[in-house]
This record gives sequence, C-alpha cells and structure tokens, in this order.
Amino acid sequence: MAEEMKPGLFEKGGKLYWLHSSIDAFDTFLRVPGTVTAKGAHVRDGIDLKRVMIMVVIALVPAALFGMYNVGLQTSTLYGLDWGFWHMFWYGLLRMLPLFVVSYVVGLGIEFASAQIRGEEVNEGYLVTGFLIPLIVPVDVPLWMLALAVAFSVLFVKEVFGGTGMNIWNPALVARAFLFFSYPSSMSGSAVWVSKTWVHALKGVDAVSAATPLAIAHDGAFDAATGAVGQYSFMDMFYGFIPGSTGETSVIAILLGAILLVWTGVASWKIMVSSVAGGLLVGWLGQLAGATMVPCYYQIVMGGFLFGSVFMATDPVTAAQTETGKWIYGFLVGALAVVVRLWNPGYMEGMMLAILFMNTMAPIIDHCVVSAHTSRRAKKALTA
Amino acid sequence: MSNNLDLKKGLNIPLKGVAAPVVIKTVSPDVVAVKPTDFFGLVPRLLVKEGDTVLAGSPVMADKMHPEILFTSPVSGTVKEIVRGAKRKLLAVLVKADVKQEFVDFGKAAPKDADQVKDLLLKTGLWGSLVQRPYGVMAGLDVTPKAIFISTFSTAPLAADMDYVLAESLSDFQAGVNALAKVAPVHVSIHKGDSAFAKVKDCQIHVVSGPHPAGNVGVQISHIAPIMKGETVWTVNPLHVAAIGHVVNTGKLELTRKVAVTGPAAQKLGYVVAMPGMPVKEIADIAGDVRVVGGDVLCGENLGADGYLGFFQNQITILREGHDREWFGWAKPFRPKVHSSSWCYFSWLTPKKEYDMDTNLHGGPRAFVETKCFEDVTPMDIFPIYLIKACLAGDIEKMEKFGIYEVLPEDLALCDYVDPSKNEIQAIIQQGIDLMIKEMA
Repeated sequence: MAEEMKPGLFEKGGKLYWLHSSIDAFDTFLRVPGTVTAKGAHVRDGIDLKRVMIMVVIALVPAALFGMYNVGLQTSTLYGLDWGFWHMFWYGLLRMLPLFVVSYVVGLGIEFASAQIRGEEVNEGYLVTGFLIPLIVPVDVPLWMLALAVAFSVLFVKEVFGGTGMNIWNPALVARAFLFFSYPSSMSGSAVWVSKTWVHALKGVDAVSAATPLAIAHDGAFDAATGAVGQYSFMDMFYGFIPGSTGETSVIAILLGAILLVWTGVASWKIMVSSVAGGLLVGWLGQLAGATMVPCYYQIVMGGFLFGSVFMATDPVTAAQTETGKWIYGFLVGALAVVVRLWNPGYMEGMMLAILFMNTMAPIIDHCVVSAHTSRRAKKALTA
Repeated sequence: MSNNLDLKKGLNIPLKGVAAPVVIKTVSPDVVAVKPTDFFGLVPRLLVKEGDTVLAGSPVMADKMHPEILFTSPVSGTVKEIVRGAKRKLLAVLVKADVKQEFVDFGKAAPKDADQVKDLLLKTGLWGSLVQRPYGVMAGLDVTPKAIFISTFSTAPLAADMDYVLAESLSDFQAGVNALAKVAPVHVSIHKGDSAFAKVKDCQIHVVSGPHPAGNVGVQISHIAPIMKGETVWTVNPLHVAAIGHVVNTGKLELTRKVAVTGPAAQKLGYVVAMPGMPVKEIADIAGDVRVVGGDVLCGENLGADGYLGFFQNQITILREGHDREWFGWAKPFRPKVHSSSWCYFSWLTPKKEYDMDTNLHGGPRAFVETKCFEDVTPMDIFPIYLIKACLAGDIEKMEKFGIYEVLPEDLALCDYVDPSKNEIQAIIQQGIDLMIKEMA
C-alpha cells in the first residue's frame, strides 16, 4: 500500500511531501529499505535499531504479562472478590490496555511530528519508552495525567535534544518523575497501588489501604523471626504477589527479561551486576548502622530496584558508555537508590531519582575514565 | 627474533566466495590505466601526451609539489587517451600496450644506502607504494620514518592469500626488504610460524593472530610501536616489496600479480594473473546488477563494471546490489540468509555458514545508540566512539588525544559493518584525517 502511494505524492515536490517521514516510517516498518551502501563497507550486518528495540520490548513482555495478572490478583485479594486466574488476568489486561494506548498514541504522535519537522526518519526509540511507561506507574493513574507526562517527557527530554540517541535522561523515568512531583496524590501513598475502578461491586467502597512492602519496611514493620515485611513474605516479593507498579513486582519475570537482554548484548550486564552490588552493599551498611532491620537482599526484591537496574539504568543512550564507566555508574545507581530508601524521610523509593541523577553524572564518569586512559597512554609514550 | 601478538577483539565476516589457490586465467595487457586517484593526496602533473610511446617503467606523471616523485607506466606501448573528469581533473592515463613488452633498464646493482634506495623508488614509480602514517598519505621526501611495517597477510573478508600470491617471488621479497631496511628498521608480521615469510632476514618478524582486523598493518603498529605525535612510520604492501625487490634483482619494473577474484556474485572464483590498471572486465566476468569492488568488501573501492584495477589492489570482490526489499525483515524471528554478528539474530547458531551477502544497508541511518559493538571489533588501545565523535566535532585536540595518529579508516572498517545505527564510520574518520592534514600542514 505504502509503496504504491509513494511515488509522486510523498516524494520531494509532491503534494503530501510533508508527510514523507510518517509514510517512510510505516513503509520501512513493513519492509527493509532498499537502500544500498554508498560509501564505507560494502556489506552490512543485518542488525538495525528496529531489531535492537524490539528485543527490549520482548524482554519486557514477561514482566508485563505477570504484571497484568498481578493487577487482578491484588484487586481480587484485597477486596475479597474471589476471582479465578483468567478473570484476574483479563481484568489486568483491560486495565493496562488504555495506558499502553495513551502512551503510544501520544508519544508516537509527537515522535512522528518531530521527525516531520526535522525531515528525518522516525526513530524506533519510543517503541521501548512507550512500553516502559505503563509498567512503572500505578495502574489507576488518570489517563489525562499519563498523556501529559508522556508529552512532557517526549518533548522536553527527547525531542529538544534531537531525538533518540541525543537525550540525557531516560524519557520513561522522566515521565514517571513528572507524575510523581506534579500529582503526588495519584502516584504515592498506600491507596494508589491496587486498582478498583471498573469493578461494579466496588462502586462507593472506600479504597483499601494496600501499602507496598517498601512502604511497610520504611515504617519499620519487619518481622525478624519470619522474615516477613508486613503481610508479605520474602517469596511473595520474589514471585511478585505484592502491590506496586505493574512491571516491577516479579523478580522472576524481570530476570527472564534480563537473561534475554544480556544474551543478546542489548543491555550491559556490567551495569546490572554492579547496580545490584551497590544496592546490597549500602543495604548491608544500613543494617549495620541501624537505619533498617531489613536484610540487604530485601532491597533488591522490594519496589522497583531490579526493574530499574535491568531495564532503566541499562539504557545505552543515557548510561555511561565506557566499560569501566559502566561498573562505576551501575554501582552508584544501586548504592544511591538504597541510600535514598534508608536515609530520607519523604520518599520510599529511591530508584527513579538514583537513575536520573546518575544519567546526569554518566558523562562525567566517562570523562574521567577516558581522561585517565589518555594520560596513561601519554605516559606510556614518554617511557617507550 | 620473533614476537607473538594474539589479538582477541575483531570479527571475521563469513562471506561466500573465497578464491581457490589456482590460476584460472592470465590476462595479456591491452589497455592499461595509470590512475592518480590511487594515491591519496596526490596532485598530478602530466608528463606525456596522447600518441607518445612509453616503455614499462617510463614516467607518465609526477607529483606537482615534488616533481622528483614519478609515476610510471607498467607496460610499454602508446598513450591512447588522457581521461579527465569534472574541472579537467586528471582521472587516468590510458596506455595501449605493445604486443612485445619492452622495459626501462634501471640497472641491477643493489642500492648501498638510504639515498640510493630512495632514488631507485623515485625513478621507478614505486615511491607511491610507500604509505606514511599518520594519515595514510604518500611518503614525504625528506622524512625518515622510525620504522617500516609490512603485513604479509590480510584478514579482510576473502582477501588474497599472500603466501600463495608471492610463493614464487620470495627472493624478490627478500631483496625488497633488504633495500627498505637501508632506510629504517623493517618489521614484518606473519600470521603463522610456518609462513613462507617467516624466513625473511634483515627485519624483525612478528607473529600476529586473531580475527580481522589483526592483519591490518595499522592495528599491528598500534601494538608493536604506537605512533605518537611527531612520529612517522611507513607501511608497504608485500606486493610492492616484491616489486621493489624485482627492480633490484633484474632492473625491470614488473607489477604483474595474481589477483584474487572473489565474492558471492563472482562467476568463476580463483586467481587471475593481471596488472594494476587493467580493466576489471578483462579480469573477471561481470554480469547482472552487481557491484565490482576493487579490494575487500570492508574498505575496497567501488570500481564499476568499466573500472580499472587500482595500484594497491590484488583482489576483486563481486557482490549483488541489494535493492530488493525484504518483507518484515527486522521483525522475523529467523533470517537465515542475513548474517548478523549481533546475538539479536541467530547467526551464532551456524558459525561455519558462509553468507551470500549483498550491498543492502539493512536499515536506516540513526543517531548512535549501541556503541559497545565498536569496541568489540577494534583491537586497539583507543575508545572508538570518542574518536569518532571528536572527528564529527572537528576537535583537533581531542582527535589527537583519542588516537587519530594511529588509525586509518580501514582499521575501523568493521565499525561500519556492525553499527546498528548505520553510521558511515570510515567516512567520519577520513573526514577527521582530512581536517588534521589541513590544520597541521
């Protein structure tokens, strides 16, 4: 279809030339472009950014599917509804769909418009961002808020810098930060994490308070004898049967994604490992210092720590680019996240702020690594 | 004394169409082109006109800046045509070869010192075979390099096997090394201990192993004796070392060489005895919508079906032009016909498979996103992405710091191949080098 329309109408000088970026995006989505190499290497690897990005989306699928089931599970359990498995899953799926639709329609709309204005091809980066955003916000977040957050993040975090590859901060996290600071009542507290809209039986029922394990631990309700945080055992948190953002709860689902990302080499295992190491170390120090009673490995399974380490901190554009830099960057992400969790009275979750802060610092880390390397080279030259 | 160097990083591209070590044909010279465009940075001055007769070894053009540097005809015959392009730029001097070849006699005496060697290279037209680093320009006249490097093997896709190509010219090769050693210490790298070149004397032998670009002389230099600011080294292709030796041994300029005809779209694979400047049509059979690359697929030159083999080339790679558009290419779980070094595809399942690659770009150009892949294919002590960005920014100081003196585009050619964002890395590096030459001159 797109191919038949292309000559004349959408070509340079054609009436609808201003739409060429969008047409091109759909066209190349369906078929590999027929462009041949003009200079440099005459043959090229089959890999392109579309493939890279789709790998990340596939890696997110287990977390998304489990999250949908868990949305239903939490509602069913806390309101005593006694739903079956498929009922829970369908409820979660239907609750999540509007978030995905809003995220993609608003985000891709702005991406396409920006590509048109710049006269460039539409970049694939938003395929991932658009999938991430619904997974890291409370499921009942009002859609207009989500739309605003997406628009803000795509426009001011990505497009003003020049699009995917040029941005300094992770756009999905900025969308979350935008919601967090602009509409705190919809984003935090213990009433937002379990969905009850759309359930007729619950019309007029007050929201059940369902604090996340992270919040419970923050308040000090940790049972050292059973190892439970409030009503949630360690295994509940490991499997993901706890309230929280849709994608973040299940360690198993996230690990499945992590295996794919590391296997394909799309995300850096160094960042993942060092981030977990940083979190464990600070968690352990916090325990020693008496800031918390929760064992350090709980920090990894609670809240968005692992999701952030695997999917957000590893974004190749906003993370450190040098291999040594990745170790430092990842470690500081994990360490800072737990520092925020343990030593501040306001926010339960430190992962978002830790990653955004380290995004800001990543170029400095790289600068130090590269400078150290070049001065070592210069010294070698003098002694050689 | 030999040194071992085992390089880990890099990538061998599994391209179909390797040339079997047999001579499939010998091309007798008819029309031979002398191309100034083969020599980077050369501004030529023409020394002949149409109708002039020349011998094999007679000068046909010179360097405008340094008239002592001559470029000679590889055959005897009559100047048939002077080919000019836009703004009357000299593109080629075409010489119609005589049936009986006659040679200029340069005298057999082996040169005794560096000046005699330089003199011999200048008058035979072989000065142009000296490539000077940094920047990969033609060697400067008053430069004494700190060393001369010769890589006797190429790891590039389907590259000609030098052990086979020069099997009968080893005495010439040795004579060439002896001559060059009068100018500066010579380093010869071989790919395995039992290579015929291992016995070459009057030089330091290095055994280098590893995937491409281990055979690139630039990569070897960066490990053996990195080039720092103010230093220069020369590199010489083993073919030209043998040609230099041949002049020393016989007094005649002889550029005839075995040319590997390779590539997935080549009709007949094997070696053809030919000479630089010969029309590629006479060397290989060309049919259909194909691209004829002089050299390897990573940094070869698109010669076109009517082109002439270049001075430095002893390989022709023939590829299909990849204009066809594959449905759902990137979204298919399996694409058995497309090779990818990335584990996002499944090429790793078939490590021995050779691929019928074409010239399709397999994607659209994007900003840099994944950059670790560059480091994985660059076995040098540099940060490729920082060098690339410094070149894009035109920042001289940063380019120096990040190693512009050590690289030529060919050393980063694999980055072109692996980049998912489809950036033209070699062109970017060349742009940086051009800027350095302009600013540092």
